Amino acid sequence: MNVHEYQAKELFKQAGIPVPEGAIATDVPGAKALAQKYERPVMIKAQVHTGGRGKAGGVKYAETPEQAQILSQAILGMDIKGHVVKKVLVTVAEEIVTESYVGIVLDRETKRPVIMVSSSGGVDIEEVAAKTPQKITKLAVDPTVGLLEFQARNLAYQLYRDITQVRQATDIILKLYDLYWKYDASLIEINPLVTTPLGDVVALDAKLNVDDNALYRQAEIVAMRDIDAEEPSEVKAKEADLSFVKLDGTIGCMVNGAGLAMATMDLVKRYGADPANFLDIGGSSNPDKVVAAMEIILDDPKVRAILINIFGGITRCDDVANGLVTALRTLKPPVPVVVRLTGTNEAKAKKILSGVDLHTADTLDDGVKQAIALAGVPSEPAEGV
Amino acid sequence: MAIFVDKKTALVVQGITGRDGSLHAQLMKEYGTKVVAGVTPGKGGTKVHGIPVFNTMADAVTKTKANTSAVFVPPKFAVDAIYEAVDAGIKLVVCITEGIPANDMTRVVQYVSAHGARLIGGNCPGLISPGTSKVGIMPGSIVKKGNVGVVSRSGTLTYEAIWALTQANMGQSSCVGIGGDPVNGTGFIDCLEAFEADSQTKSIVMIGEIGGTDEEKAAAFIKKRVSKPVVSFIAGQTAPPGKRMGHAGAIISGGSGTAEEKIRALNAAGVPVAGSPTELPELLTTQIKKLKEKAAKKAARQAATATKKTSAKTTKAVAKKAAKKSKPAKKAASKRR
Repeated sequence: MNVHEYQAKELFKQAGIPVPEGAIATDVPGAKALAQKYERPVMIKAQVHTGGRGKAGGVKYAETPEQAQILSQAILGMDIKGHVVKKVLVTVAEEIVTESYVGIVLDRETKRPVIMVSSSGGVDIEEVAAKTPQKITKLAVDPTVGLLEFQARNLAYQLYRDITQVRQATDIILKLYDLYWKYDASLIEINPLVTTPLGDVVALDAKLNVDDNALYRQAEIVAMRDIDAEEPSEVKAKEADLSFVKLDGTIGCMVNGAGLAMATMDLVKRYGADPANFLDIGGSSNPDKVVAAMEIILDDPKVRAILINIFGGITRCDDVANGLVTALRTLKPPVPVVVRLTGTNEAKAKKILSGVDLHTADTLDDGVKQAIALAGVPSEPAEGV
Repeated sequence: MAIFVDKKTALVVQGITGRDGSLHAQLMKEYGTKVVAGVTPGKGGTKVHGIPVFNTMADAVTKTKANTSAVFVPPKFAVDAIYEAVDAGIKLVVCITEGIPANDMTRVVQYVSAHGARLIGGNCPGLISPGTSKVGIMPGSIVKKGNVGVVSRSGTLTYEAIWALTQANMGQSSCVGIGGDPVNGTGFIDCLEAFEADSQTKSIVMIGEIGGTDEEKAAAFIKKRVSKPVVSFIAGQTAPPGKRMGHAGAIISGGSGTAEEKIRALNAAGVPVAGSPTELPELLTTQIKKLKEKAAKKAARQAATATKKTSAKTTKAVAKKAAKKSKPAKKAASKRR
């Protein structure tokens, strides 16, 4: 789960990491009032769950409250990569002397948290990593020992020479590592970490991604969830305990198991069409889930055919078939449905589905081809896959 | 021989009184796995499907000599269950549980390896050595004993591949599901190494997916250290970046972890990648044939050069011997003079 910048900054502040004064506004008068209150130039920053806000024009400098009014008017309601801006963070604009980067990420290769620092901050760190990897210093921390003070200090020395700044940065890095564990982060990042003309080290931005698997013990983070900022169909899927990702194609997919769901999508592409979604109904074969899944797929007006691919191992094909019968009866899908069921209780399932208005396939490849043919979409040439 | 589990596997099921633990304890027992014990704190002294239940792992291991455990406990308690198993002296822990926080895993994997144990999973279907033993939830009905080793990050996709192999009459030595989480125990390389060393295994199917760089690492390992034919399938060619595709580990982040990169790395290591999981048996047959022909050609070439060398050596040796022999004769002759 991602939290917004203003929420992450609140957590940073509580932990003692210096951040500029700021508050959230949901409308133009609110933004203007904040700028008036601070009596200083401010930054207006769009709060959306996507990167590249700055490039998209979602982060602006306002010298006066009047400018803050005009700029927040432009930013509120703006569409950034499909995310509509509903909140802006109004924050005191700091004068910047240097910009650095500090981040901690769960590294799959070393199976450890890795701290990364770079004196090239304020830009896309992935670009820095790709083009000038020598500008990034990395440290894999032994998770059973934790981050030691000298390690944090050595990293701080990669950023600053002045001892008071090194001390400030050491303290920030140690606190950031504590936050990483406290909030079960998969990523925690300050970009940029700046120095001001007075010599202070301040976190101008804050990013925190929390491991979904740890949300059961992160009530504080769960309370920060901004459902408005998420894709509605994905919210609905989450409520039904389905794993769902919306895509742009025309073939709706319902599959058991994440790997098989991806493979099914890949085959749709291979045979000349595009998948409308990723959807994993999971290991259990609760018929209600099948109904919910069908409903979510049908909510997408682009869907021209539905492909159901079930490999029964633990999932029992007859349970899925029962759910399917209910779904077809209650939802009356206006598009053709192709079903491929194989494995545990396959014969029973076929009996349940005999006489029901749908198309059946014996193999995965056959199912995909049938669904594409029935969708009747003139297929666009596949993009170099 | 198979890998990791065989006739000697004596299994304890952690969380045996739960819904999943109880069902799969029964299914594993039916398949022929020696399920010697179950553990659920507070349920010690009872029985589940005739299997004795203990309160602690220490008790279960001391009393039943179990050497392997399967973890079916809920995610909140799963990590503790792994520590407990290792602490009780278990050498192979198979964690089926899905939903364990990744940061917890970073600590437990260190503990496991520091104690000389092996962890498979979490979030995995377990493993099966057809005809002898299964630990986990893979359906026993789809496998067939044979000599193909299967290793995969997925569950049902693996079943699809195994089923295709079985239908093509290509049985399996062992099938290992290593799990779909970003941080897990046993990886592709551990399995490839074990399959390479296993005499029953003659060829290998590796099923990967987007996220991380394990497949790339495996490709490099295959190139250097695996002599047996390997074919692969990689899921997620159509997955968008930045979105978690069901499995916690299946995410393209920062432009890395894409299917294209993985396929390129595998191809570069001489591993063909199938366009569909159902095409794996055919691809494997072709690859086995190709490697056989290559090996035969190599053997023929070696034999040819060897014959040349030996014949050359023999002539030289004979000449030398002849020379040696002739020397004393010369000496003798000179003496006579």
